[in-house]
Amino acid sequence: MGDLLGNISNFINNIFVNAGSAIQGFLLGLGLMPQAVVVIMAIIGIVILVGFLLNNLLVLIYLERKVVGFIQDRVGPNRVGPAGLLQSVADAIKLLIKEDIVPDRADKLVWALAPVIITAQALMVYAVIPFGPRLILSDLNVGLLYIISVSSVVTVGILMAGWGSNNKYSLLGGMRAVAQFISYEIPLGLALIGVIMLVGSLSTIDIVNFQAANTWLFILQPLAFIIYFIAGMAEVNRVPFDLVEAESEIVAGYHTEYSGMRFALFFLAEYLNQWTLASLGTTVFLGGWLPIGIPGVFDLSFIPPYLWYYIKAQALFFVLFWVRGTLPRFRIDQLMGFAWKGLIPLALFNIFATAAIWIVGNLLNFWRA
Amino acid sequence: MVTAETLVFGVIALILLGAALMVVTGKNIVHSALYLVLSFGAVAAFYIVLQADFLAFVQILIYIGAVTVLLIFAVVLTYNANTQLSNPGNAQRLLAAFISLVLLVLIGVVLLNTVWPLNPAPFTGSTVALMGPLLYQTYALPFEIASVLLLVALIGAIILARED
Amino acid sequence: MNLIPGIDLVPNLYWYLAVGAILFCIGLYGALAKRNAVAILMCIELMFNAVNLTFVALARYVQPAAQRMSGIPSANVELTGQVFAIFVITVAAAEAAVGLAIILMLYRRRRTINTDEISLLRY
Repeated sequence: MGDLLGNISNFINNIFVNAGSAIQGFLLGLGLMPQAVVVIMAIIGIVILVGFLLNNLLVLIYLERKVVGFIQDRVGPNRVGPAGLLQSVADAIKLLIKEDIVPDRADKLVWALAPVIITAQALMVYAVIPFGPRLILSDLNVGLLYIISVSSVVTVGILMAGWGSNNKYSLLGGMRAVAQFISYEIPLGLALIGVIMLVGSLSTIDIVNFQAANTWLFILQPLAFIIYFIAGMAEVNRVPFDLVEAESEIVAGYHTEYSGMRFALFFLAEYLNQWTLASLGTTVFLGGWLPIGIPGVFDLSFIPPYLWYYIKAQALFFVLFWVRGTLPRFRIDQLMGFAWKGLIPLALFNIFATAAIWIVGNLLNFWRA
Repeated sequence: MVTAETLVFGVIALILLGAALMVVTGKNIVHSALYLVLSFGAVAAFYIVLQADFLAFVQILIYIGAVTVLLIFAVVLTYNANTQLSNPGNAQRLLAAFISLVLLVLIGVVLLNTVWPLNPAPFTGSTVALMGPLLYQTYALPFEIASVLLLVALIGAIILARED
Repeated sequence: MNLIPGIDLVPNLYWYLAVGAILFCIGLYGALAKRNAVAILMCIELMFNAVNLTFVALARYVQPAAQRMSGIPSANVELTGQVFAIFVITVAAAEAAVGLAIILMLYRRRRTINTDEISLLRY
């Protein structure tokens, strides 16, 4: 009986890896070249990943409106479908059938390409996020540096959107959004440096393995976790840092002139970036796909690792909903002051403290390894 | 033999040189800035092919993420919409083209006449772990000087561009 | 994997040096032939990129001095070219910042950044 349960849990845990091996064996058996098989497997992986992300997005949008509604003492959407479950589908259909309005003297190519670049950048980050022990699209040696550098490409997209709209308010909103983004990129990178110092590697799989061998990194680097989360919220334009797209601010910032499917792409990219914040936070600080459990007291490892990743990322995302319903919004000067005069000195202090504690511990032979 | 590496080299080189030509001959300066972004990306792709993975993502982070933002801000703040062309060529275009061609020929002659001792077994692996000791031990002094240079440039740029 | 058997075309050092040289000369043409000061800065960035590409290609293909003098085949990594490229990127970013600050100051005084109109030394 125990053996049967073990077999079932093994099967569920490795279901994606086994399916991948089966497809790879089938393709090789067809007689294709090994390089072509690698390319086809990568394309299949990308399709599955994008499918998961976009479907997850529908769940997230629905959850956001419900949770924020409950915090604000009202019921969220409850008309479309049972308890409003089909609201996201209705939103997507509405955005698809809207008229595509192109501004008259806008720079057509630049204006049309901006949402494409932003969405592409939002999706590219998921290449190095591990969903399970062997469920990663590409285990780069420079995983964390890849994430930070690909995230910074969004500034080009925002400036293209602001400029291409031929609208003073779009341009101002775009410049403000870029200023906010590059200001909070620095404490984000500095907070992750504390983690890299402890792990000794930039690869995301190495970070999760380090957390499996030692403790979860939010215990070893609590300040880095808080700085990462706050700076990340500012990077993805999440309340209380959503100055650039708030209703009472400069019209709608850099996506004023976009309607229909183009606006849907901006919306998509924003929620994808927020899910990236949650995913990267769980991978680096909360143990990725490791199960919660105290050895000897209770053991919840029958839940498959990819579900653990999803539960933890969703828990971090719930904190985002919570903050949205509770906190007021920053002004632009308060925002910039907070980044440059608050978060950056804190992040630098975190790096120095980590290095100092490590060196002192080595001198006193305090650490085991 | 024409391998996949040759194909990749050809594609990236075409994108790089095509984007560079569009930067230099474009009539709209915002389009020139965006073609410059494309050329930065192509150079980063070349770095990955040349086994410099750390440098490739540093290139994307700094050039596309920061220098491009600087350039586009400067373009937007100094944009003169009265003129038809925002990025015209000046009167010495032909002379400049001639000088560039002469320099190209000169560089080509020098490069072809140099004897390059080639590495029989090039390094294939990750360069991140090797860059650390190089930057912080062997080349620690240039590293510190570069950080002082950045500090001076930061303070200087802020003071120069202030409104008073 | 040979795509077209019979033709021998593998990228070697000369291909990368050629691309670097052509990119440098394109940037030089732009720096000499443009009227907009920001465009001149963009072409200077192209020249920096060409130099970086040459450094990294040389770091990859040229035999390290340690290997040549000692004959040990495993001393095959010499990353000085890449370190130099990192420093060039650093200096280029600093120079772009200061140069653009100067251009902004110039624009405030004379409302133009057309180099034909701000050539003061010609008076």
